[in-house]
Amino acid sequence: MGKAKVKSGPLARRPDNSAFKQQRLPAWSPMLTANTVLPFFYFMALICMLLGVWLLLTVQSTQEMKLDYTEAGSCNLCYIKRQNASNAAQSCTCSVMFSIQKAFKGDVFFYYGLKNFHQNLRRYMDSRDDGQMVGRKRNLKNPSSYCQPFDKDQTGVPIAPCGAVANSIFNDSFTLSYHQPGSYRVRIPLLRRGITWYTDENVKFRNPKTENLTLAEVFKDTARPLYWQKPVYELDPDDPTNNGFINEDLIIWMREAAFPNFKKLYGVLNRADEVFAKGLPAGNYTIDINYNFPVQYFRGRKEVVLTTLTWFGGQNHFLPVAYLVTSSLILLLAVVLTVIWWKFGKAGKNMQE
Amino acid sequence: MTVLKDIPEKWFPVVLPLQRKKQKGLNGDKKKRAEEERRVRANDREYNEKFQYASNCIMTSKYNIITFLPVNLFEQFQEVANTYFLFLLILQLIPQISSLSWFTTIVPLALVLSITAVKDATDDYFRHKSDNQVNNRQSQVLIHGSLQNEKWMNVRVGDIIKLENNQFVAADLLLLSSSEPHGLCYIETAELDGETNMKVRQSVSVTSELGDQNNLASFDGEVVCEPPNNKLDRFCGTLYWQDKKYTLTNQNMLLRGCVLRNTEACYGLVIFAGPDTKLMQNSGRTKFKRTSIDRLMNTLVLWIFGFLVCMGVILAVGNAVWEREVGSLFQSYLPWDPPVDNFLFSAFLSFWSYVIILNTVVPISLYVSVEVIRLGHSYFINWDQQMFCSQCNTAAEARTTTLNEELGQVEYIFSDKTGTLTQNIMSFNKCSINGQTYGEVTDPLAPQPKRLDFTPFNPLADPDFCFYDDTLLESVKVGDSHTHQFFRLLSLCHTVMSEEKSEGELVYKAQSPDEGALVTAARNFGFVFRSRTPGTITTTEMGRPVTYSLLAILDFNNIRKRMSVIVRNPEGRIRLYCKGADTVLLERLHPCNQELMNITSDHLNEYAADGLRTLALAYRDLSEDEWESWSESHRCADKATNCREDRLAAAYEEIEQDMMLLGATAIEDKLQEGVPETIAVLSLANIKIWVLTGDKQETAVNIGYSCKMLTDDMTEVFNITGHTVQSVRQELRRARERMIELPRTRVGVKDEGMEGCGEACFMGNGFRGQEEGHGTGGGGEKQLQCPLPPAPPPPALPPPPPTNLLENISGEFALVINGHSLAHALEADMEMEFLSTACACKAVICCRVTPLQKAQVVELIKKHKKAVTLAIGDGANDVSMIKSAHIGVGISGQEGIQAVLASDYSFAQFRFLQRLLLVHGRWSYLRMCRFLCYFFYKNFAFTMVHFWFGFFCGFSAQTVYDQYFITLYNIVYTSLPVLAMGIFDQDVPDLRSLEYPKLYEPGQLNLLFNKREFFICITQGIYTSVVLFFVPCAILSDATQSNGVPLADYQTFAVTTATALVIVVSVQIALDTGFWTVINHVFVWGSLGSYFTIMLALHSQTLFRIFPNQFHFVGSAQSTLLQPVVWLTIALATAICIVPVLAFRFLKVDLKPQLSDTVRYTQLVHQKKRKPVGRSMGDAWNGVGSVSESRLGARGGSRRSGYAFAHQEGFGELITSGKNMRLSSLALATFASRHSSSWIDTLRRKKHTHAHTPPSASGECSPAPSYVSGSVAPLSNSSSVLGGSQDTPIEEETGTAPAQNMQTVLTSSTQTPPALAPTSEASAPQASGQALNAGILTPTAVRLDGGDSPGGWTITLETVQEALFGWKARATASSSPGPPSVAKETSQNE
Repeated sequence: MGKAKVKSGPLARRPDNSAFKQQRLPAWSPMLTANTVLPFFYFMALICMLLGVWLLLTVQSTQEMKLDYTEAGSCNLCYIKRQNASNAAQSCTCSVMFSIQKAFKGDVFFYYGLKNFHQNLRRYMDSRDDGQMVGRKRNLKNPSSYCQPFDKDQTGVPIAPCGAVANSIFNDSFTLSYHQPGSYRVRIPLLRRGITWYTDENVKFRNPKTENLTLAEVFKDTARPLYWQKPVYELDPDDPTNNGFINEDLIIWMREAAFPNFKKLYGVLNRADEVFAKGLPAGNYTIDINYNFPVQYFRGRKEVVLTTLTWFGGQNHFLPVAYLVTSSLILLLAVVLTVIWWKFGKAGKNMQE
Repeated sequence: MTVLKDIPEKWFPVVLPLQRKKQKGLNGDKKKRAEEERRVRANDREYNEKFQYASNCIMTSKYNIITFLPVNLFEQFQEVANTYFLFLLILQLIPQISSLSWFTTIVPLALVLSITAVKDATDDYFRHKSDNQVNNRQSQVLIHGSLQNEKWMNVRVGDIIKLENNQFVAADLLLLSSSEPHGLCYIETAELDGETNMKVRQSVSVTSELGDQNNLASFDGEVVCEPPNNKLDRFCGTLYWQDKKYTLTNQNMLLRGCVLRNTEACYGLVIFAGPDTKLMQNSGRTKFKRTSIDRLMNTLVLWIFGFLVCMGVILAVGNAVWEREVGSLFQSYLPWDPPVDNFLFSAFLSFWSYVIILNTVVPISLYVSVEVIRLGHSYFINWDQQMFCSQCNTAAEARTTTLNEELGQVEYIFSDKTGTLTQNIMSFNKCSINGQTYGEVTDPLAPQPKRLDFTPFNPLADPDFCFYDDTLLESVKVGDSHTHQFFRLLSLCHTVMSEEKSEGELVYKAQSPDEGALVTAARNFGFVFRSRTPGTITTTEMGRPVTYSLLAILDFNNIRKRMSVIVRNPEGRIRLYCKGADTVLLERLHPCNQELMNITSDHLNEYAADGLRTLALAYRDLSEDEWESWSESHRCADKATNCREDRLAAAYEEIEQDMMLLGATAIEDKLQEGVPETIAVLSLANIKIWVLTGDKQETAVNIGYSCKMLTDDMTEVFNITGHTVQSVRQELRRARERMIELPRTRVGVKDEGMEGCGEACFMGNGFRGQEEGHGTGGGGEKQLQCPLPPAPPPPALPPPPPTNLLENISGEFALVINGHSLAHALEADMEMEFLSTACACKAVICCRVTPLQKAQVVELIKKHKKAVTLAIGDGANDVSMIKSAHIGVGISGQEGIQAVLASDYSFAQFRFLQRLLLVHGRWSYLRMCRFLCYFFYKNFAFTMVHFWFGFFCGFSAQTVYDQYFITLYNIVYTSLPVLAMGIFDQDVPDLRSLEYPKLYEPGQLNLLFNKREFFICITQGIYTSVVLFFVPCAILSDATQSNGVPLADYQTFAVTTATALVIVVSVQIALDTGFWTVINHVFVWGSLGSYFTIMLALHSQTLFRIFPNQFHFVGSAQSTLLQPVVWLTIALATAICIVPVLAFRFLKVDLKPQLSDTVRYTQLVHQKKRKPVGRSMGDAWNGVGSVSESRLGARGGSRRSGYAFAHQEGFGELITSGKNMRLSSLALATFASRHSSSWIDTLRRKKHTHAHTPPSASGECSPAPSYVSGSVAPLSNSSSVLGGSQDTPIEEETGTAPAQNMQTVLTSSTQTPPALAPTSEASAPQASGQALNAGILTPTAVRLDGGDSPGGWTITLETVQEALFGWKARATASSSPGPPSVAKETSQNE
């Protein structure tokens, strides 16, 4: 309505006759009727059932092997040794043997797992400086206050990488070898690069600009974290490009777990070798462990996990089971509702007519 | 936010007490102690300065540009919720506690504060505007002896200002002198007390002699008076001048807000200015109304606080245990923060951290969202076309925006009568002449019976008169002698005064609207009453002027219930015409009328059954001898000093015998449109309606019948009329006993009862029938037949234990209680007695009630019933009730604006009430409830996840979600869909909720949102949070991405849970939304979309590169949302959350469907079956209409005579003595002189008058002024007439009619002997009017002169006041402007 026109005459103050103002907007008013709700329930039950079955079948095809090595085999000694903090600098190696009944087909993933390690404590999670990790020089020398008390060492030299997270990095290392039947042990090749999130590796973690300096020179005025044996620029002695903040073990560790029990990827089976081209064959294996990470302080456990994957990830029985349970509950509910509707729902039937 | 629309409104801006305080504060600290008396010296600013009285500048605004921010913020932080969030903000700044970034709280808080601030600023802007407008009005101030134009705000106490006609009074003034004689002036106080009639103010005689400004300039009197107060009808003070004291009363005051009428100019001394004026002292809503939902909400918020503290304690205890057991061991990896040295301290900090994290259970945006929703609802009310009254061009207006949902919970309506239920217009509806009834609309089915057009037949007809039966007109035309006699009687037998401004333009001023209606009817049917003098009545009968000499008026009184006139017609025959209540009149008929009387009596019964006011008419021929002898006895009686009344009555009785019946009239006290239907619908909605009126009992009961509150089928109507506490108590008790007994005795006459109920439920069935049309048909019919069964009560009722039994009383009762009885009934010890009786009745009518009692009744119900009350009224006398009820509704456009200003909602017609309640109120309530349910649900679902996570993260107050998600969840991701639902949702369309008033009941019972519903909501919320935490937790802790990277990292978990949460609450809002408009779609989908967009943006590399420490979730969204497992998790969580809800709701609809569900379902089926059903409003109305039309036969017993109603005794005497004419002719003269539209007229008139009047005004000075000079004086003084209408808005109501008076002006100056007047009429109507006026004046003047007492004037004034008591010009323009009557300022008089 044109304003000029409306403002005169006896109906000057008459409200506009628009659908909006008169609350007559065309609208869809759905209602929960038996016609819609019951079929929906059955449909839901069916879908969940199908998904559940499919997921279950998929999960069945995966294989997983978990091995708690905290005190297993010869690690027992190391476990005792690590109880005493004064031995922290001494190295300790041990090995654990295990066997695989059925070959792991396809890609095999090697994880280490920690139990009862709280990476999700608020102050722990905050105790890091992403500005430093992304290579900002200013943050390198002046770590964020969140890193306290792991921001500077006793002499006041800034720590890089600072914070409780980096400080507590998991520093056991593993060597996996296969007892080839009738032969000697074959070291299983693990791919230890490219196992992080793309964004982590390429965006979130960057080394400070080197500007023709070596990494060691860049990190010159920084101290290594208190619990570390090696400085950050010497984390990977084999691959110089895997040093500094972009070291993949560091990156993986820095991605904090949501729950106190977690596993983190250590490496992927390199199937270039013809023995392992199809995965891990059945047989006996040994893990040689460089046992550094003490868990007894916090009553934790350490384990290694070997697993194969499907399209939706590793072995995860909960998901299909949850779907199946949900589906059967919905089905049950649907049946009950149908019965109730049929027998007692007088009003409903009345409305039907 | 009420946008001020009308100028009148600007007069009454809402002023908070606080502001007034502030205002006073501004006037100087010295004045802080209460002013004890006020001294004002005229024309002496220096002297008055000393006291630092408030200036006339009115400031209702709260802020100015500089103070806005601090003051507004200060006010906002007085809200508990805001302070709480401020406290949280401070907590968050402590690093050891801070579990969230500061912005998670400050962003929502800032948003909330700024929305409120914007709203406040807008409100204040409008206040500023209206203030400025008022403050900048011009007034003429006498400064140093000359008049200067000053703005209102510059007027000071002690100034003398000049007011001209139709100007608003700028401040509270002491009237010093006026252009009118005797220092009289007329004001209209509609702005002040809502009464539209005019009042007279008179200046103290000494000052009135001062006259013009030259004398006034040297006036230096000093006024000592009471300090400012808000009593409109009281003023006491003393004027000291020239060593003499003069007492001042309210009669001498002109109050701010009044409008000067019919007075050319006057001078006044400013006594109170600006905020001290009575207007400002009175304005302002003292009480801030809150809805029950508000209160519930506050309670719930407190509970939630408690819950929050509990959770905090649980988690803190958990933290203590954890830190002792686990955390202490973990210290090598994460040592405690420096100040923490043991687990207890850590737990203490953790408590506060959790308080911060979990604060979102107390939704910060709750209050602001509620406000927004209410605002939306208010706009819908303002926009509703169906609540727009086209006659008065008024749309409904929600003046407060905070009460909308309470409209859906109303249980008691207290209604005023006049102007609210009725239009206060009487219309001549039916008549019975000589046994023939006229006015029946023969064919009720005919769409719109044709209105008769009288103009061709009778040029003098009143165009506004409505009559539909043309047989009556035919009968007049063919000259049926009875019909002629009938209308002749109507044109002669009355006490109406006429004004004829120009030929044919008659305006009747009737003392009661009934009389006006009758005389107007006669006028239209060719018997035009044109003018009267004390001794004559001039009419035009069928175009032929006839003058009767009026021999006597046998006046009305309450006992006689009739009035007669005795006239001599030009042929010399003497006849007595009598009209009166049928009961008294039929007894006094000549026996030969028996047959006619029977027929007429039947007709009268019919009329009465239709709720019409009836009168019987009769005449008697008198011989000269009879007249002579009676006249002698009458004179004797009249002169008698003792028992004059009785002797007069006896004399009247003597002659009013053996009359011949002419017929009967039926007058409709016109109800407002749709009133009976509205009342019926509202009572079907289980709303109890009480009528509280200042009217007489008879009138009130009559209206009760015509608007179907009372029916003849009611079991009993109790009248409580006791004058003492005892008798009232007894009557109340007896009524209750009867209620219990009666149904028992009626078991025998069950059939009758059924019938009674049948009709009572008729409306109900009318509606139900439609429902059944698509309902079951056979089965339910029986039970629906009579939803309020008169069911024979169980035979053996136990002896009456008091109140409880009353609840299940069968049968319908009504209570009519009188004002004085009510006064007793409202006493503390009687309250319960009254309440239990009244609440057992279907209808309660309280009559002769004072405004205060109205409020008391409302308070009583509020106090004891815990029910929501609504008061509706239109006049100043309803203000107290409107203010004290939960909801006040003002009828706008009728009787001033006082009621509207005090009200929360206003509209033009009573019938809009049903739409306001049943549609808007119901929807508002429903929406608000759904909104609140969902709001609490979503916040619990959101927040409680943190609680569960606490058990896994060592109670370290780690949040589950990204901090940005926490910030935005309430204000962006989930706010709009729920707002859309809160604003637009509808369960059933508006027409349905009018059709099925029962749909209103859930609101009254508070079913949709109460503590139980709240617990259901939060339980559902907690359930959702459990699912949302544990399902992702269980799935993700084991899962990996398809490239083997574990998904159990915190960021993935956070993103998954947040996404699941947003999706679940979106699905839930989709389930809750019952009415999907485009807006809902846009908001729901938009919110989901915005969630993903914003999340992707926040997790983008760009932001991370700039602030790496703030956006460390970089890449989480992308990599998480690409994982099928994540989506499977979300889907599973959603299914688990929603399915039980769905099943529960389905079961509820299926097993225990609410009426709304059923209605909705039928609607749905309807839509599917036939395309647009479009049952229009009209249809629904017709249904109702036809029901109300077809009354089943006539029922006796409730015949109600019109004469008992509005008539006043003693008017006849006034006419014969000519007393009242003096005033009205004065009015005429003044009216006319003021409202001339052309200045030429004025000039001419001036010359004219100067020619006639001697320039000396000495006559005015005499203590007992002669009337003649009085009537002339205004003209001689008229200096400026042109400045008439600067501020017209108020004038509209009354202004039009006076303007027509112009022509008569010339007449008032000449002095023609009365006897000549009648004859000259035909040739020169103007002259006749002139003659009339002047003629009438003479006797009074003579009389006064004869009396020669100084008090002569005042005595007369008082008499006239009494005489005009009740004569109000509330009626429409057609029925004359209010004469400048000096009616007592009484508000109990309707």
